[in-house]
Amino acid sequence: MSSRTTPQQDLIRGIWKENPVLVQLLGLCPALAVTNTVANSLAMAIATFFVLVGSSVLVSLLKKWIPKEVRISAYILIIATFVTIADLVLAAVVPDIHKALGAFIALIVVNCMILGRQEAFAAKNPVGRAILDAVGTGVGFFIALVMMGGVREVLGNGTFLNVPVMGDHFEPWIIMILPPGGFLTLGMILLGFGWWKERKAETTHPRRWPHAVTTEVGGD
Amino acid sequence: MSEQKLPVVDPVQGQPPVQVSTSSVRLVGTLAVAGALAGLAIVMVFQWANPRIEEHRAQVLAQAITEVLGGPDHYETVYVQDGQLTPQPTDTTGLDRVYVGYDESGQPVGVAMQAAEAGFQDVISLIFGYNPGTGDLLGMKVLESKETPGLGDKIEKDSAFVQGFREVGTPLVGVKPDRATGGHDEVVMITGATISSRAIINIINNRLAALGDPVSTYWSSPIVASAPPANNPGGGS
Repeated sequence: MSSRTTPQQDLIRGIWKENPVLVQLLGLCPALAVTNTVANSLAMAIATFFVLVGSSVLVSLLKKWIPKEVRISAYILIIATFVTIADLVLAAVVPDIHKALGAFIALIVVNCMILGRQEAFAAKNPVGRAILDAVGTGVGFFIALVMMGGVREVLGNGTFLNVPVMGDHFEPWIIMILPPGGFLTLGMILLGFGWWKERKAETTHPRRWPHAVTTEVGGD
Repeated sequence: MSEQKLPVVDPVQGQPPVQVSTSSVRLVGTLAVAGALAGLAIVMVFQWANPRIEEHRAQVLAQAITEVLGGPDHYETVYVQDGQLTPQPTDTTGLDRVYVGYDESGQPVGVAMQAAEAGFQDVISLIFGYNPGTGDLLGMKVLESKETPGLGDKIEKDSAFVQGFREVGTPLVGVKPDRATGGHDEVVMITGATISSRAIINIINNRLAALGDPVSTYWSSPIVASAPPANNPGGGS
């Protein structure tokens, strides 16, 4: 099946314009739960990137052999395999981060962002385009998680990647590394993102008030 | 096996529904093959990862034992079987373990015990060193906890609290900072993390209540110290 987008658009789309977290609001569970430090955000983003790209490659390669009736089951099976591999590799290579991420690595299986890309794109496009789409979406997820992790660790702990950045007199905002801090940070980022988009739209297409609208002071 | 008949309308031709069928055998076969290949891939990665995971787990435990026993020369693993400690049970499956540390001359310096109970958020797992001869604790280290960041997690990060478990009499008594009298069995709890602090104290007291007698019996009986492993100075046996 041919796609109406160019390969470049496939790659760029997920990074910013259709960012999975900041625009589509997908994958919010890990985005809220594990972004209390930058290191955790990096590990979760890399693991998700690996699962997304690996699953997209396999789904695109095997699409002709997977009957439509069992396609979702097959996609889940493929995703679960990559998640299990990522879980084992993280436990073996970076055990401390694996311990900090806890059950959220296993929960990548139910990240609707990943299943969504398989069903909407990888299953309908050649493998090269599927890889570009997965890489773009994975990078977009990476950017969103690291943004959240950076804000939360700096304000909540006074550090960035465990390096003190706020000075000795800074009193950490504990709430930022607690679950409510995830919601606050995401809300603020979405607010800023929305404001930026609106401002950009106004710059491109300035809003014109109807000439008939006038305000008279002083009455008749 | 029966076949599923799925009616599909051809909108272009406007013809009667076309029968599209997929054999049940093919559906099941596809998932079976995919499952088998997935299992194979997972087993291969597991065989690569598992030795590394086990090695890291052993290193963490050995480091914790060394820390709570004050740096013994070596230690041996002893199992709790039928209410008694024995170094060589017939089957170690499901048995509790304690770790007896020895100094360079082969004299026992203390016993490290693992324990886990509910804290404020979730189960707290810890290890502590105990000297059955004096009845004092030698040290404590939290192995795993999910206590509240910034508050309850001070049970791991607050060095004054952790140091408070060194050379303290048992059973432990938790006191608030403004009510501390300097008693030998007192542990000063953390302000703002009273429940987590008290949980640590209860875990240790409960573990000693359960294992204190067999540990003391093992300690008072003639103990033949094991020789330190030649290639693992300071490590376990």
